[in-house]
Amino acid sequence: MDGWEGPLRTHYRDAVSTNEAPWQALRNRHYLLSAGPWRAILYGLTTLPLAGVVGVGLVTLILPWLAAGLRFNDGRVIDGPLLFVMVTALAMFAGLGPLVAIPLAAVERGRLALIDQRPVQSAHRPLRTDPITWLRVRYTEAATWREVLYGAFLGLVVPVVYAVYGILALIDFGFLVSPLLAASGTDSWQFGAFTVSTLGQAVPLAIVGVLLIPVLLYLLGLIATGQAATARALLGDRDGTALRAVAQSRARLADAFEAERRRIERDLHDGAQHRLTSLTLQLGMARLDVPADSPAAAPLAQAHDEAKELMVVLRELIHDIRPQSLADLGLPAALRELTVRSPLPVTVTVAEGLQRPAPHLESTAYFAASEALANVVKHAAASRADLLLAQAGDMLVLEVRDDGRGGADPAHGTGLTGLADRVAAVGGRLLLASPAGGPTLIRVELPWQS
Amino acid sequence: MAELIRVVLAEDGVLLREGLVGVLSRFGCAVVAAVGDGPELLAAVAEHRPDLVITDIRMPPTFTDEGLQAAVTLRREQPGLAVVVLSQYVQEEYAAALLDTGDGRRVGYLLKDRVVDVQEFMTSLQTVVGGGTVVDPEVVRRLLRRPKDPLAALSPREREVLGLVAEGHSNSAIAAKLFVTEAAVGKHVGSILAKLDLPPAEDTNRRVLAVLAYLRA
Repeated sequence: MDGWEGPLRTHYRDAVSTNEAPWQALRNRHYLLSAGPWRAILYGLTTLPLAGVVGVGLVTLILPWLAAGLRFNDGRVIDGPLLFVMVTALAMFAGLGPLVAIPLAAVERGRLALIDQRPVQSAHRPLRTDPITWLRVRYTEAATWREVLYGAFLGLVVPVVYAVYGILALIDFGFLVSPLLAASGTDSWQFGAFTVSTLGQAVPLAIVGVLLIPVLLYLLGLIATGQAATARALLGDRDGTALRAVAQSRARLADAFEAERRRIERDLHDGAQHRLTSLTLQLGMARLDVPADSPAAAPLAQAHDEAKELMVVLRELIHDIRPQSLADLGLPAALRELTVRSPLPVTVTVAEGLQRPAPHLESTAYFAASEALANVVKHAAASRADLLLAQAGDMLVLEVRDDGRGGADPAHGTGLTGLADRVAAVGGRLLLASPAGGPTLIRVELPWQS
Repeated sequence: MAELIRVVLAEDGVLLREGLVGVLSRFGCAVVAAVGDGPELLAAVAEHRPDLVITDIRMPPTFTDEGLQAAVTLRREQPGLAVVVLSQYVQEEYAAALLDTGDGRRVGYLLKDRVVDVQEFMTSLQTVVGGGTVVDPEVVRRLLRRPKDPLAALSPREREVLGLVAEGHSNSAIAAKLFVTEAAVGKHVGSILAKLDLPPAEDTNRRVLAVLAYLRA
């Protein structure tokens, strides 16, 4: 179908959140125009005071050892007082390190959200106990000592990196303002071997300075990303057990819901619906035997009509719980059935050779299509819509596009977030492209194996 | 009715099956067998050679389209056998599969819910036994709203008429429904047949072919 391969896809934005690793943002062609550089700057700036304080503390503790190293190098004896100070410093590092590192790690995990929106979970065992036990557990946890290691990284490595970056930034600043300096007639100055004294020399320098700004921004992004990755690796739940457990239980829950929906649908169909049809049929029969002028005729007719209405209500109810056509005929047929129920003309395109997905994926895809079409009808002011179902790699992909006015915003409760939640529950994701003025394209990706 | 219509009924729900037996008996049909699944249906038809088969689509053991499969099989073997299938929900593919058997006459595709309108249901059965074709109005309604309509050549009035033809109405019934003369309906039908490129022929029912075109669209 024409239009499906259009450039829209490059404008997708995640309807849930930017759940990608920061380095992925760096690879985006529009990184410099995105919020990325600002996030990196903010992350860098908030790093400075923390790194400074931790750095000063650490260097203070390291100084006696440095002094000892120097003395040893010179062949001098390490005397008693120095030894005492060295041992005290080491003891303070080991003893107090965790007490500083644990709250520091908590702050750092929070600060990580500035640049990395993926959730990061503490690897500490949750504890609610007396201080002695708390200390005993914390001092023997690997997570604690990883956090101490992060403290060392933050205090010793990070300041050096940022200092080097600061120097580079200052040099670039010098480049940028060199024409001003040259114009104001100050003396010549030097950048390394390069001497600048005239405006003619300064202007190319300023141009280089401007060209270097994006490079510096990328470099800062890289530094911030590296720091964030280190923080995530050392401060997060490294084995991912906590996160994986959450994901698994969500998938289990989705499965359980699916099984429950199936059971309810079957019970309603085999029980209530069947009995109601039978009852309504009996009423219809009774009507035939009651003369039209009998006092029973009118109430009987009313009972029959109400039973028929109830049949419609029940059928709709069962359909909403789990469409029978989905179980019987599969997703493509159920989607076609769905489109016939829509007041808008909707086309359904199913990629050839599409295998039948697992029931919970079918359900989710159907729900997504149904919800998306309902949104189109309610909000898009569209004249038509198109559904596409395909397999892309190990994903089942559903696209719903309309020719409406666009501007769909997950932040404004158009049911998109609920849809995103349900999609996320089976490990999938929901993407949305809806520029003001339209068209709107919703893409649901569901992992084939979840 | 001079002769009893002999019916084989297949429906897996006991309550509804008994209810239908009651309805059919009341309207002068003899239910010679009432069964609960596809294989039983085939066996019963082979044994009793009925005038009419009524079957539910969703039945054991698969609870999918057992009844439809059985109906299609029966129609392949005996193209003149009158068969009415009852469907839980509208599926145009089901209707088309059924109409594709034989010459598309003596078949009916109805929503199961229709049985509760006893009189209309019996009229539909009689239409099918009498050589007609009955397609549930809901199927027709949906087909009319298809976005990609190959019947686009037809005027709105002609579509309306074709819809009524598909539901099994005669020209006079259509004329009464639309408050026009029967001649006018005949003219519309002729125009529909011409536009659908269905030339006059001896051995095919052109009205049925038009309905098929309609369903396959």
